[in-house]
Amino acid sequence: MLLDAVFVLLILTNLILLGSSLLSASIRIVAVQGAVLGVLPFLAMAPDRLGRVLFLAVLTVALKGGVFPWLLNRALREVHVRREVAPLVGYSVSLALGIGLLALAFWLGGRIRDIGLGVSVLSLSTALFMMFTGLFLVISRQKALSQVLGFLVLENGIYAFGLLVVVNIHWLIELGVLLDVFVAVFIMGVAIDQISRAFDHMDVDQMNHLKG
Amino acid sequence: MNVVACVQTVLVLLLAPLLPGVINRTKAFFAGRQGPPVLQLYFDLWKLAQKGAVYSRTTTWVFRAGPIVGLAAVLVALFLTPFGKSAAPLAFGGDLILFAYLLGLMRFMTVMAALDTGSSFEGMGASREAFFSMLAEPAFLIGLVAVARVTGSLSLSGMLANVSAETWLRVGPALVLIAAAWMVILLAENSRIPVDDPNTHLELTMIHEVMVLDHGGPDFAAILYGAALKLWVMGALLVSLLIPVHPGVLWKNGLMFLGGMFLLAVGIGVVESIMARLRLARVPQLLMGAMALAALAMMLVLK
Repeated sequence: MLLDAVFVLLILTNLILLGSSLLSASIRIVAVQGAVLGVLPFLAMAPDRLGRVLFLAVLTVALKGGVFPWLLNRALREVHVRREVAPLVGYSVSLALGIGLLALAFWLGGRIRDIGLGVSVLSLSTALFMMFTGLFLVISRQKALSQVLGFLVLENGIYAFGLLVVVNIHWLIELGVLLDVFVAVFIMGVAIDQISRAFDHMDVDQMNHLKG
Repeated sequence: MNVVACVQTVLVLLLAPLLPGVINRTKAFFAGRQGPPVLQLYFDLWKLAQKGAVYSRTTTWVFRAGPIVGLAAVLVALFLTPFGKSAAPLAFGGDLILFAYLLGLMRFMTVMAALDTGSSFEGMGASREAFFSMLAEPAFLIGLVAVARVTGSLSLSGMLANVSAETWLRVGPALVLIAAAWMVILLAENSRIPVDDPNTHLELTMIHEVMVLDHGGPDFAAILYGAALKLWVMGALLVSLLIPVHPGVLWKNGLMFLGGMFLLAVGIGVVESIMARLRLARVPQLLMGAMALAALAMMLVLK
């Protein structure tokens, strides 16, 4: 029941993200999503490895809920762009497509459950829906910063999927993934800064003449 | 049809105009004003019923039929609406479909009457109403179907009476989502604030108000009374869904239900006081959000 509520909360953050128009609000929602995801191991894992779980959870919450939003907000402040996400399709259409993706995720979740992994449909569907939302955001938003957010949501989805399906991931691997994501966000923040210095905008549609 | 249910429905017929009064008093309280009396709508209805009606020569029978058919439709819908956990007088299996389309018929007649005046102004309101309700109706129906699936009953009275503490423990998140979706639809369908402002007479903001501008006298009284009843029937579904226990005793059920309706009216007043009306372009997004919530609830109960 509590676990169900957490998964529903994660799905709702995705839906809000699809409908929200402000970059700063989107950053905040992705931060909330990351933090909720960090707490998930407590509810999903066996209690005998409490120390390790605690360490990873604190690290995840600190990185995804604190450091990433800080880095992204700093990038947003420095590039002086308009604060809207500039979608290729409207927000209502995004939400409608989101409902479609949600249905697809639940259908796929049911199919994967049937393989016999011993996890609930809702958790699998949530992870899948997070991946779909992330991909959709990367495709349908024009600003480079939204694409970083889409990438983060995609990564959140993969993290959740891994957490559910492979119960015993070695903690070194999890640490490695976290470090990779951290470096990615860091580099993307710097890249956005450089792009905006060179072009006065971060609209990826207008960057066609970058190719040699 | 049992006697108790009929008495309860007559009680609702008398009490329904209180809801807008409570909402207005709540808003007045937030604004630091005295506000109109709680019984204001009764006075208005009495005053309007005394007056004669004026009909433009452009209009046809459609214009005159609009308010009457609308009121009749919502009255029938009221006879399908449970009183808290106790059954409605006309409850039967599958009445949820009839309920949704009775409200649809009411809306259709209001829209037709508005178009019949030949005023471009009213046509604009009619167009908005048709568009927004097109988005609101699926969300409402998906929510109904989800509750029907959870409780295993196809009549409004049966399924809402079956919502118990056990149901809430089993599918709590889904029920919360449905309640949130229904609240948004309730506000949208009854032209309350995030969607429409019941106080304005500006063409840029109005949806529902603009469609009834040409009605006067008894016709307008029918429209106002119908609107109060519509607010009541939609609110009654929401309140019955949220009450998690089935009080066996009659007076306990009545007390809880009427208390719930009072709290709902206060809640609507609070929403109206602390929120601004949304830009018209944002309204479809809000309704699409309600549809997403209802769809998610549906998938949660289907899985």
